[in-house]
This record gives sequence, structure tokens and C-alpha cells, in this order.
Amino acid sequence: MSDVTVAVKDAKPTADGVMVDVHGVHKNFGPLQVLRGVDLTVRAGEVTVVLGPSGSGKSTLLRTINHLEKVDRGWISIDGELIGYRRSGSKLHELKEKDVLRQRTHIGFVFQNFNLFPHLTVLDNLIEAPVSALRRPRKEAEETARRLLERVGLADKTNAYPRQLSGGQQQRVAIARALALEPKVLLFDEPTSALDPELVGEVLDVIKDLARTGTTMIVVTHEIGFAREVADTVVFMDDGVVVEQGPPSAVLDSPQHERTRAFLSKVL
Amino acid sequence: MASTTDTAPPGAATPGTGPEAPPAAGDPASLKVVPTRHYARWAAGAAVVVLIAQFVHGLATNPVWEWQVFRDYVFSETIVQAVWVTLQLTAYATVLGFLLGTVLAFLRLSRSPVLSTVAWTYIWIFRSIPMIVQLVFWFNLSALYKELGFGIPFGPVFWSVDSNSIIGTMGAAVIGLTLHQAAYAAEIVRGGVIAVEHGQLEAAAALGIPRLRQIRRIVLPQAMRAILPTAGNEIIGLLKGTSVVYVMSIGELFYQVQVIYGRNGRVIPLLLVATAWYVVLTSLLSVAQYYVERRYARGADRTPPPTPLQRARRFIRTLRAAAAQRNQPVIPLKPLGDSR
Ligand SMILES: Nc1ncnc2c1ncn2[C@@H]1O[C@H](COP(=O)(O)OP(=O)(O)OP(=O)(O)O)[C@@H](O)[C@H]1O
Ligand SMILES: [Mg+2]
Repeated sequence: MSDVTVAVKDAKPTADGVMVDVHGVHKNFGPLQVLRGVDLTVRAGEVTVVLGPSGSGKSTLLRTINHLEKVDRGWISIDGELIGYRRSGSKLHELKEKDVLRQRTHIGFVFQNFNLFPHLTVLDNLIEAPVSALRRPRKEAEETARRLLERVGLADKTNAYPRQLSGGQQQRVAIARALALEPKVLLFDEPTSALDPELVGEVLDVIKDLARTGTTMIVVTHEIGFAREVADTVVFMDDGVVVEQGPPSAVLDSPQHERTRAFLSKVL
Repeated sequence: MASTTDTAPPGAATPGTGPEAPPAAGDPASLKVVPTRHYARWAAGAAVVVLIAQFVHGLATNPVWEWQVFRDYVFSETIVQAVWVTLQLTAYATVLGFLLGTVLAFLRLSRSPVLSTVAWTYIWIFRSIPMIVQLVFWFNLSALYKELGFGIPFGPVFWSVDSNSIIGTMGAAVIGLTLHQAAYAAEIVRGGVIAVEHGQLEAAAALGIPRLRQIRRIVLPQAMRAILPTAGNEIIGLLKGTSVVYVMSIGELFYQVQVIYGRNGRVIPLLLVATAWYVVLTSLLSVAQYYVERRYARGADRTPPPTPLQRARRFIRTLRAAAAQRNQPVIPLKPLGDSR
């Protein structure tokens, strides 16, 4: 990867250094309890990798963090700001859509299947949100976009359309698009699961590069090797709860819980 | 002799050209390909061409068509004026109809049950009423309101108190066509919007893009791909559909044509005049549609399809290449024949 550095918003954590705070989050889809009291803290500049079997609620957790899903109970805060709600006294008031959208500009989200805008060029994909949501001047947004594209190694694809790119390239554009808002935290939902094996590396390299420069990230993935190398904390989820969390060496090499061991024996 | 055999592709040798050039049996890649001969298809094609020629000849020579009358009227001032009225009706009803239709489509998709029910009811009612019934209804209403000296809340422009009867009926026609068109446009736009992959809205929402901007910049341009072919149909239908406003005595194309043949009795050539204009206008719309569709297809394919011009050039190139190939075996065969 290129070694151009881009200032992702300075990690300016709250007094205790917590950037993301997930507290007692419950989420049901009808009768199905998908999250059953999830607690999670991510400190500024740290990388948290979330592991867990299919259907354990990993995607749902990420989606509640940027309020794509409403929580039924519990709360989430980013950099000390409550997500999706305003607190007054003992009540939580739901925020208007406009305010939720503003909050989301602080939270980058990278989807499993990229979700690039196919009718816009790579450059326009990157500047759309800074220009329309943050009201950045177009020129300034373009400069940032070009720097980010250089950083993810796609400076030559500025004017291409997403469908003209390989999967790995598309995902790198999607990462650059999320970075263009200079978010406080980046959320990745299985960023490499839709990719052919030989393309996984190039995307993971970009994420590793971000980790080195102190970007706060939560990454849902099945790449155990990546977790071991990059994660500050590994979280193992099953059946809507966090079963176990800790440094990679602890969780991956000497798991305390039977469910963690069972899962790891299957994926390793 | 030896030099010519060297240059001749082995497959070019046909049985009987002599023992010195045997067919190369071993290597199929070097054999000449003989395309399938579609004799039946050719015969059918020839028959159709003859029939068409006969028909065109009849058109040109049979006095029934009265081409002189056609020529006199096709660019006459009345007719050109009437074409202009038809175009205006089509343009107003298209623009207003699709604007209203787009609003209705999003109301119908809205999470508010009140709004979506209102939109659904509108669509239900205006799809149920035949356009001609609605037009006559508005026509009578407009006459009534004018006598009473009222304006109508929908469009004060059309309904000002001192408006003469032409503006009044034109306004009634535009309203009628628009309201009718909006109901269909709403469903077309809604169809386009729900065809856009859900992840697109989710990505836009995750990026914090404002709601209206999500619709205008992300959803609608992608929806256009599904909207345009059907919308093109609708607009062309509308162009010809404007002819029903003849019931309101508006001087559009079909009405004027009827007025003229009512006077002079030259029904066939005047219907031809109308037909010719409708065909020309429809063709122009079809061409416009092609290019608009192309514009919205940007990014949809890895390599965009060629334009007709590019296609024509490519076709000529293939013809040349084919001709060159056909000529190729002839060159070595000639000297072979000469050697006999
Ligand atoms: N919108 C929804 N409506 C109903 N059920 C849902 C919805 N979204 C998710 N679920 C259910 O919630 C459960 C958890 O889903 P989730 O996508 O969070 O799992 P996951 O851990 O991300 O799994 P995977 O590794 O397969 O992506 C699943 O049983 C899923 O079927
Ligand atoms: Mg998932």
C-alpha cells in the first residue's frame, strides 16, 4: 500500500478513552431475540474484531451502532454522544431522521457487498456524502478523495465506474468512501466475505494499514489470522450475547468457554 | 506452380483441383468454413420483399390516396399549427403528469398509512375513469365555472376569470390528461424505485446523506433504468392519446384533420397527413428515448453498448473483412485453374 497518510479525525476520546460504548443492548425481530444484552467498549485507536457463528447477531450489533436498526433496550454512545436518542431526565427521546443522519457521518460503515453507487464514478462515490451531508466545498472534497484513493492504491481508478472494478478494488473504494467523512469509528461487516480468496489480502492490507495509523475500528470477520495480527480485542458472540472477550492471544489460543472452543475448532 | 501452392491455404483446395493439393485432413483450424445455407429463410425474405414492393407501388400509384391533396395539406399552416397544439398537450401532460406521478409514487411508498392510502385511492380512481369521460367532465366543469366567474384552485393560470374559451378548454384538456397520466406515471415510477437494490438506500443512509438527496441523487437515477422503457411507451401513447381531446373541439392534429375533410370530403389523404405526423413525432420520441436511456445506463455495464453510429461503422468493417476473406481463396485458385 502507499504510505500517504490521511488524517482520520484525531482520536479525541472522552476522559476515560472510550470511543464506542455499547450498553445492555437488546434487539428483537418479532419473537426472535437477536441481541440479548450486549455490552462492548472500544477505546479510541483500538481495533476490535467480532467473531461468532452465523446468526449470532454480529451484523445486527454493527447495524444498531450506526442506528440502521433501533435498539429495543439499552443504549449506545460514540465519543460520549448517545446514538439515535436524546436524553432528558429519565427519558430517551428518539432523534429526528435528520439528526440521526448527522450522527452517522461520524460512523463509517463498510458493507459485505460494498454497496457502491453504480451510476456514479469512483470519485463521485467518494465526494457525495462529504458534499451533501457535511457541506464541504466540492474542490476540497475532491482533494481528500484523491488522497484517499491513493492511500488504498486506486489513484488510477478515479473516473472508473464501480462495475468496471474487481471485487477487491470495489471494497477498497468503499473503505475510502467511508473514510472520506473522517469518521470517529469505522465499522466493517465481513468486508472480505464476498471476495474471491485471492482478493481478500488486498482489502485486509488496507484495513491493517488503517489499524497502524490509529483508526478506531470494529471488524466483523471470519479471518482468524487477521484477528490475531491486528486486533487489540477479540470479541466472541453467540446467540445474541458476548460470550467472551479479551486480547487475541487469550481468546484465540486459550478460550475459556466451551462455545468459543467449539467455534474456533470449526474455523481454524 | 510451387509458389502458388505455398501461398494457398490447404483448405482452399477442393476435390478435383489435382493430386498436388490434397485436402489437409489433420488440422481443422486451417479448413475453410462454409456457413449454413438458409434456403427457406431466403425464399421467405424474397417473398416478403416482393409483397412490400407491391404495396409501396400501390401506395404511390393508386389514385385513391390522392397524394396531391396530401402534399397540399401536410405543411399547411392549419396542420402545422395543429401539430404544435398536439405537441403542447403532450409536453404539458408529460411533465406535469410525471411530476405529480413521482410525488404520488413516493406517497404510496411512504411509511405513513394515511399518505399511502391517499395515493392508492387517487391511482385507483383515475385509472378507473376512461380518459374521454374525464375530459368531457372537465370540459363541462370549465364551462360552468367560467360562466360563474370562478377560478379553479388547481391552476389559476388556466382559469382566470377573463380567460377566453380556448384557454379554458386547453386548460381543461391539460388537467384531464395530467390527472390521468399521473395515475399511470405513479405506478411506473414506483416500479422503478422498488427495483433499486435495497443496499443502495442503506449505504446512502449509512453515509448520512440527507433524505431528499438520497432520493434525487441515489434512488431516482438508478430507478430511471426501469422507468424509462415504460415511460417511453406512456409518452408515445399520450402523444396519440391527445387525439381524444377532439371531443372538446381543441384544434389539435386529429381534430383539424377532421374539420378539413368534413369540409372537402378528402378523407383518406387527410388521414394520411395525420398518420404521417404521428409517425414522425413518434420516431423523434423514440430516438430521444434511446439517448436518454443510454445516458442513464452509465455505469450499468462494464462496457457500454455501442451507439447506432458506432454499430454502423462496425458493421461496415465486418462487411469489408468478410469481403476480403471471400476474395482470398479466389486468388490461389485462379493460377491453379490456369495450370490446367
Ligand atoms: N430484519 C430482520 N428481520 C427478521 N430477522 C432478522 C432480521 N435481520 C436479522 N434477522 C435475524 O437475526 C439473526 C441474526 O442475524 P445477523 O445478521 O445479525 O447474524 P450474523 O451474526 O451477522 O450472521 P452471519 O455471520 O451469517 O452474517 C438471524 O437469525 C437473522 O435471521
Ligand atoms: Mg452478518
